[in-house]
Amino acid sequence: MHLDHTHTGPEAVSADARRPDGERRALRIGLGGPVGSGKTATVAALCRALRDELSLAVVTNDIYTREDAEFLLREAVLPPERITAVETGACPHTAIRDDISANLEAVEDLEDAVGPLDLILVESGGDNLTATFSKGLVDAQIFVIDVAGGDDIPRKGGPGVTTADLLVVNKTDLAPYVGSDLARMAADAKAQRAELPVVFQTLRVENGVGEVAGWVRERLAAWTA
Amino acid sequence: MDGVTAAGVTARARIEARADGRGGTALPVLEGGGPLAPRRTRAHGTEARVLLVGAMSGPLGGDRFAVEARVGEGARLHLGSAAATLALPGQAKGEARYDVRIDVAAGGELHWLPEQLISARGSDLHVTTRAELAPGARLLLREEQVLGRAGEEPGRLTSRLTVRLGGAPLLDQELSCGPGAPGGWDGPAVLGGHRAVGQLVLVAPGSPANPAEARMLGEGTALMPLAGRAVLVSAVAPDALALRRRLDEALALLTADRK
Amino acid sequence: MPLMSRAALLVLADGRFPAGGHAHSGGAEAAVKAGRVTDAATLERFCRGRLHTTGLVAASLAAAAVLGLAADELDAAADARTPSPALRTTARRLGRQLVRAARATWPSPELDALAKAFPKGAHQPVVLGLTARAAGLEPLDAAYCALYESVSGPATATVRLLSLDPFDATGVLARLAPELDRVADRAVEAARRALTEGVDDLPAASAPLLEIGAQAHAAWPVRLFAS
Repeated sequence: MHLDHTHTGPEAVSADARRPDGERRALRIGLGGPVGSGKTATVAALCRALRDELSLAVVTNDIYTREDAEFLLREAVLPPERITAVETGACPHTAIRDDISANLEAVEDLEDAVGPLDLILVESGGDNLTATFSKGLVDAQIFVIDVAGGDDIPRKGGPGVTTADLLVVNKTDLAPYVGSDLARMAADAKAQRAELPVVFQTLRVENGVGEVAGWVRERLAAWTA
Repeated sequence: MDGVTAAGVTARARIEARADGRGGTALPVLEGGGPLAPRRTRAHGTEARVLLVGAMSGPLGGDRFAVEARVGEGARLHLGSAAATLALPGQAKGEARYDVRIDVAAGGELHWLPEQLISARGSDLHVTTRAELAPGARLLLREEQVLGRAGEEPGRLTSRLTVRLGGAPLLDQELSCGPGAPGGWDGPAVLGGHRAVGQLVLVAPGSPANPAEARMLGEGTALMPLAGRAVLVSAVAPDALALRRRLDEALALLTADRK
Repeated sequence: MPLMSRAALLVLADGRFPAGGHAHSGGAEAAVKAGRVTDAATLERFCRGRLHTTGLVAASLAAAAVLGLAADELDAAADARTPSPALRTTARRLGRQLVRAARATWPSPELDALAKAFPKGAHQPVVLGLTARAAGLEPLDAAYCALYESVSGPATATVRLLSLDPFDATGVLARLAPELDRVADRAVEAARRALTEGVDDLPAASAPLLEIGAQAHAAWPVRLFAS
């Protein structure tokens, strides 16, 4: 978290906590993880869980289409003006880590257009296990993996699994079918992440995203404190 | 002065259109001759019509052609040419020039719809078309360049089209092609083997009520709203005929949009 | 102005300078889809065409901005030289992204003023020129930077689009280098002339297929690059 950021320059440039008008900007949370792990489904579930209590918006970083954005639009998890797609030129990790300028523009435009906002979720395009968000773009990041991707992913580690503020192991309902050992995944994750939290979830049940939503609420409380 | 010198032919046409005070358009100035002779044709409603009739071929190397058209407040002028302009190599050294100057006052309207410019093998022509429009002036302008007669290599052709509206630039485009032109002119970024290229500019203040939306008008043709109250249709085509077909379709669409 | 440091040019021209360029193909994606760029040879012709048209125009605008010509006049000149609305949007978006990176890298009141005057972005070459100025660079440096961007973007994109051998793509850029030198000189000459003749005098070299292709590309539902 970057609660210590103060407004020093003439205007907000990157991760400043305040907007040019001096208002505190929205908390930005990034969601990354491999293709198919359930990032978009988690974003959709978070929107449904939080939209009645918070003013929120979503930025998607699709690999070569607006598909993720269009899924969210189709599912009507938020009004269309609260969802923006950033095009990433075949390099989704570049847009969230090495050159965040298009994403910064997208979050600022959302705040200008539909603000004030409490929370902006920035979803990365499905990428590999090394993709993480720049601290210049987001205040906290969630890394989403799933049990079907192999139960050895937590053991293998990598920047996403090891350093994300929250690790989500998704699709736990599939574990018996794909032969994944959830206890082993939990133990491996603990070994990689020490005290950093891990949530096991399935979105196939009522309020499956509840624990992650709770974590987001805590982050937001700390941000606005 | 018009005339023939060792350096080539100098020819100039001047046309001035003014509202005649009776709802029509008068032509107080209608000058020119030789390759650029203006002929008044039958008026269409409030619009005066003039056709440039060339009594000589050209421009050839070293020639200097100029057309000046001024349209006053409330006047409407339709200016065309009787035949294509064929740039040919000449006896005189150096490039030929063809300069068109257009000036339209507020409430005036000019249609400048000449026939194609054909760049024949060995020719070297520099064309400038410069339109100064007052705020509230209307313009419809077509230009078509054909690179070589059928099956022929093109000559060297540089053509710059500048449209200014209220003293500010609205459109400024130069195309350079043929032997000796900067590299890549026939490559995949510029003309890509197309032998005909054209533009249609419509500046129509206050109309259409809804600004035109950018769209593709078929293969190689795009309708593009400019950063002012104007649209450009840009087209490339394999030959002059195909180009004219595309621009005619676009013209029909644009004029229908205005109704 | 800060003291001149030629190394600042390397920072600015680095393809990893975080100003958004990585998501754009400079028209290469449209040209690849249309079958006009298929290999290293056609990529070279594509880049050469860009160099002498949109590259020259961008380089002269950038050099003119370094010389201190008014940003709003240069921006209007850039609009008139960019009939494709898709390309105008791209140029402004990239300009906005560049001004952000530039202000963080070379803070300057001129860049602050530019960001304020163009909240949705000025044309990228104009921003590039003022960035070079803030970095203490010369008009020629800015021209080089604009020209190199005009060809390196499509070359990198084509590596991704066609799985072209990256050594072949880099070879294309190296072969274009002498021509790039000449165009850079031309751009600076034009910018200096504009000091006395006005911005209307700046080059307006156009590339019909880039403009038309950009409009077609903008309408695609599925694409890898933003432009």
